Amino acid sequence: MFFGGTTVNNHSLAKLTNGRAVKLDAIPTLEFEGFKQAILDGTAAGQRVSAMFGDSTEQADITQLYVVMADDEQNRLCVGRTQIQGDKFSSLTPDCPQLHLFEREIAEQFGLKPIGHPWLKPVRYCHSKTNRDAWDRPANESILPAVGDFYQVEGDEVHEVAVGPVHAGIIEPGHFRFQCHGERVFHLEIALGFQHRGVEQAMIGEPTNRSIHYAETLAGDTTIAHTTGYCQAIEALAHCQKTARAQMLRGVALELERLANHVGDLGAISNDVGFLPTASYCGRIRGDFLNMTALLCGSRFGRGMIRPGGVGFDIDAHCAADLLCRLDKAEKDTANAVNLLWDTPSVMARLENTGILPQRVAVELGIVGPAARASGLVRDIRQDQPSGIFRFSHIPVSACDNGDAFGRAFVRWLEIQRSIKFIREQFAAIPAGSPLVEVGPLAPDSFTVTLNEGWRGEVCHTAITNKQGSFARYKIVDPSFHNWPALAYALRGQEISDFPLCNKSFNLSYCGHDL
Amino acid sequence: MFKIILARLRQGHQTMKYPDGPPPKLPDRFRGRPMLNAGNCLTGCDACVRACPTGAIVVKDGRPSIDMGKCLFCGECAKVCPQQAVTFSAGYQLAAHQRQEMVVSDNQPARPNDIAMTRDIRKLFGRSLKLRQVSAGGCNACEADTNVLNTLAWDLGRFGIQFVASPRHADGLLITGPVTQNMHLALKKTYDAVPDPRIVIAVGACAISGGPYIDHEQVKNGADAVVPVDVYIPGCPPHPLTILDGLIRFLGCGAPVK
Repeated sequence: MFFGGTTVNNHSLAKLTNGRAVKLDAIPTLEFEGFKQAILDGTAAGQRVSAMFGDSTEQADITQLYVVMADDEQNRLCVGRTQIQGDKFSSLTPDCPQLHLFEREIAEQFGLKPIGHPWLKPVRYCHSKTNRDAWDRPANESILPAVGDFYQVEGDEVHEVAVGPVHAGIIEPGHFRFQCHGERVFHLEIALGFQHRGVEQAMIGEPTNRSIHYAETLAGDTTIAHTTGYCQAIEALAHCQKTARAQMLRGVALELERLANHVGDLGAISNDVGFLPTASYCGRIRGDFLNMTALLCGSRFGRGMIRPGGVGFDIDAHCAADLLCRLDKAEKDTANAVNLLWDTPSVMARLENTGILPQRVAVELGIVGPAARASGLVRDIRQDQPSGIFRFSHIPVSACDNGDAFGRAFVRWLEIQRSIKFIREQFAAIPAGSPLVEVGPLAPDSFTVTLNEGWRGEVCHTAITNKQGSFARYKIVDPSFHNWPALAYALRGQEISDFPLCNKSFNLSYCGHDL
Repeated sequence: MFKIILARLRQGHQTMKYPDGPPPKLPDRFRGRPMLNAGNCLTGCDACVRACPTGAIVVKDGRPSIDMGKCLFCGECAKVCPQQAVTFSAGYQLAAHQRQEMVVSDNQPARPNDIAMTRDIRKLFGRSLKLRQVSAGGCNACEADTNVLNTLAWDLGRFGIQFVASPRHADGLLITGPVTQNMHLALKKTYDAVPDPRIVIAVGACAISGGPYIDHEQVKNGADAVVPVDVYIPGCPPHPLTILDGLIRFLGCGAPVK
């Protein structure tokens, strides 16, 4: 490895391509200082942290830390690792805020204390995988979710509002704590972990016939993106080549998932500004897109569609024609319903300048997906780290620099139009070939990262195999893991009554975060 | 204003006729109620059992049975069966009162269970049922396809069923998810806050049995480990039509059992 002069720079990390496997030896093990500097140099040069996670070693007091940095400019990934001896390490968060939640996760899972972390709290309220505990809690004591310190503003006229875990609608559980002065929100703190089902732990070992169902239900509304990420990891490790036909069908399924969710979100956003026409139309049209996914595979959420080696269901001319016909109708209905939003001054007045996420903050927090693009960041895995069909067929990135609820709504509308165009193009020339090919055993002692642009943003799966070729570590980063702090930030200085609107404009996943 | 009215005309009337008319068309590849034909089974064959991700299929004395409460409707068993002894039909009426009513076996006719509520409960809730929804580890698929019933295509409100913002306003709970350890207490408190008499509806494989998360130390293997359940609605996730059918047949105003 190359260490440049006195400062170890980012060149010390291994360069990887999205969805390719390398031998574990190819990932350099750096001294902690070098590891830290590589991350700081990388983020200073415009890279983002896609994942940082721990892994146990054979020695109980040594924990390995891995980092996966996305270099969007160079369309590659930079990966490195370091070894931590004992029960603490020096926190990188003060210099690199986007690591704050990753370090909290490492503290919780491995009982390592990131010394100097500004707000060290648990992430999912569960016991560590080791016999250490970062908060020195007794091992036999149960851990209650969202119990502990919350950031508090004091003063005669300051009051606190607590919401959740059970919410007023049909929503997943999470706890929100607002510090308010009258209507104005000084600070919002979000405590999650209620949905923790132990997915990462269950992925360890040889892939079983249940593994794919974990991927499919990691975040049920992101079934296609997560399952694609999982299957790509398997395929990379097994050196399996999929057919162009399978890649195309995966791409179509991914865009249908985006369409259904974006249309649903626009409906939910209009509901939260009290504009019912678009709310009711989009609620129904979302179902039309879900039914198109069901046309492909029988399930509205794409269950069974993505399988290691390709896709579980092929398409014939009749099915493609039916889907295109439905797409035409849904496109017209969506345009009619959504354009009402931009033509209605009272709607625009509610969306514009509500919940602003400045670009500078989006960069610092490492925000991904439509939320980042609405703050003017041109970040899209389909363009920056393309895999599968997106290497051959490009979708222009939709961005907007308002950073407010309008921006997040408008980016969705732009993406809806482009996804529809993409699906039409794909169906114009369906490649021949088998939808599914055989997948062999996984290569031993290997490492792979897969990134996909799910409808909420970057879905990152990292897999490490052991000597026997089974999973020694499986790390999942849902886009919501990056983006929850953005919601908290966007609410600062807003009125508390704008919370539902701000929340819907991000529409983040609870179970994707909680795993 | 003019544009809003024009859009209203264009979008038209979309609420389905069901249950008075036919149900909405299900996709050709829809996987509904599983069907077993044990007569086709080869002696000693357990391919379906090995393919099942959740242990929903059991072969006893050479005869298989499928527990719909555990089934993810992934169709792997049908794919691996060399004899087509397992198939998935378009049957969407899957709800049941009892856990064992969801076990499909060869000698059982494939007809939906009778799930109508008892007369004294129907007197109370038959025309107005307010539910509080608790997601306890659900992946947002069951939640989304329950929520869809509130859209104008399904219009759940016409049956007097409504999701409310407080357990105090509710007649019962609709639970999704395997019930994580971290939601156990919140679910129990929500149940306790619903005034008696109350009903509980468990939607989806997770809420019935734990689904893909069966026996994880982080979950309770479904709602009935914490609260008594009156109606189970299987699926992963159940189609909105399956959920609607379960709710309205429970109320006694559903489509007749076929």
